Amino acid sequence: MAQYRTIIRQGLWDNNVVFGQMLGLCPTLAVTSTATNGLGMGLATLAVVTAANLLVSALRRFITAEVRIPAFVLIIATMVTVVDMAMNAWLHELYKVLGLFIPLIVVNCLVLGRAESFASKNPLAPSIVDGLAMGVGFTLALVVVGGLREVIGTGTLFANASGLLGPAFTFLEMKLTPADYPGALVMILPPGGFVAVGVLIALKRIIDARAGKKVDTSATSVCHAAE
Amino acid sequence: MNARDTLIHAVVLGGFSLAAAGLLASGNMFTAEEIRLRAIEDLQASLTQVIPATIHDNNPVADAASVEGRKVYRALKAGKVTGVAFESSANGYAGEIRVILGVDVEGRILGVRVVKHAETPGLGDKIEVAKSDWITRFTGLFLGDPPEDKWAVKKDGGPFDQFAGATITPRATVNAIRDGLKFFAAHKTEMLEVR
Repeated sequence: MAQYRTIIRQGLWDNNVVFGQMLGLCPTLAVTSTATNGLGMGLATLAVVTAANLLVSALRRFITAEVRIPAFVLIIATMVTVVDMAMNAWLHELYKVLGLFIPLIVVNCLVLGRAESFASKNPLAPSIVDGLAMGVGFTLALVVVGGLREVIGTGTLFANASGLLGPAFTFLEMKLTPADYPGALVMILPPGGFVAVGVLIALKRIIDARAGKKVDTSATSVCHAAE
Repeated sequence: MNARDTLIHAVVLGGFSLAAAGLLASGNMFTAEEIRLRAIEDLQASLTQVIPATIHDNNPVADAASVEGRKVYRALKAGKVTGVAFESSANGYAGEIRVILGVDVEGRILGVRVVKHAETPGLGDKIEVAKSDWITRFTGLFLGDPPEDKWAVKKDGGPFDQFAGATITPRATVNAIRDGLKFFAAHKTEMLEVR
């Protein structure tokens, strides 16, 4: 069990996709203009990274080291495309909300990164837990970034959450500022994304430093170049 | 790396590629028809918003024609054309804003809806009817009310509201609607012709 606790801790905090590994920054910056958008992208990615870890882990004995990267890319791209088509056909209402995010997941380094650094070396169960933990960590990060930008930018939180999650979630939609709050346009625009992510990464490092943890500043990855 | 290793890699990667191709092909086969039906349903849903049910007894989706490369959907009642719906577009803040426009035979707007846009969430997306009733303001207007050169947002001297922090989006939407009305005025006879 200790192994799983480490995996979950890694995914949620220590090695958090956005604030620790700094992977998947393209979708992070692009879709987090509201907390709801962040949640949608996070949940769609959570499903894909978990399924990709499962497939890669199950197939890891058949994939030789030399051709593993193209094989992983092929697995991930095929899976996402099939999911995209199936959702368009049978879950059309959800597709209209999430459809925009799904093709973006193929190019999210998080998915390839976990396949390469975890699922290809570990058995099925830990790989699935890793996918779930990383996915939940990513979702939380996107909701926090989106929430920060939304509150400062427009004064709302979880605007239009009922469109994503259904009418039962209307209670999430909040207006946190007086009606005449002019908003801060810059936080909604792309520069605001960089500002929010930068501030939050700094915050995480301060917390880690206070806790006496060694801060790893060498976040590097094979696919940073690709992003 | 010797020849045998190379062969193994080729077989592994080839196998994966074949399996992926097979999956994609069968996925496409199973979903293509469903996806086509969903697209028609979406179109039908937006058409019912811009052409009131009271003015037609046909199915406008089935009664489509092409005028100057634009799809035109016709509302017929007792065999007579009572209105048409067609798309128009203009460039907004973040790419194309596409609207569907329903007009009666005189060119008066029956309804407008934005069908596709990529404007800033929280600012420009107030052109969606789900976010604000701004777009319903156009119902009943035509080229002449306001006059063509007055089809503009308030900032440009027209009667239409812009949004706080976003002028480009409503300006583009107004342009798309005005261009749609001009298109109708220019091709009225072909668009209203019963085939």
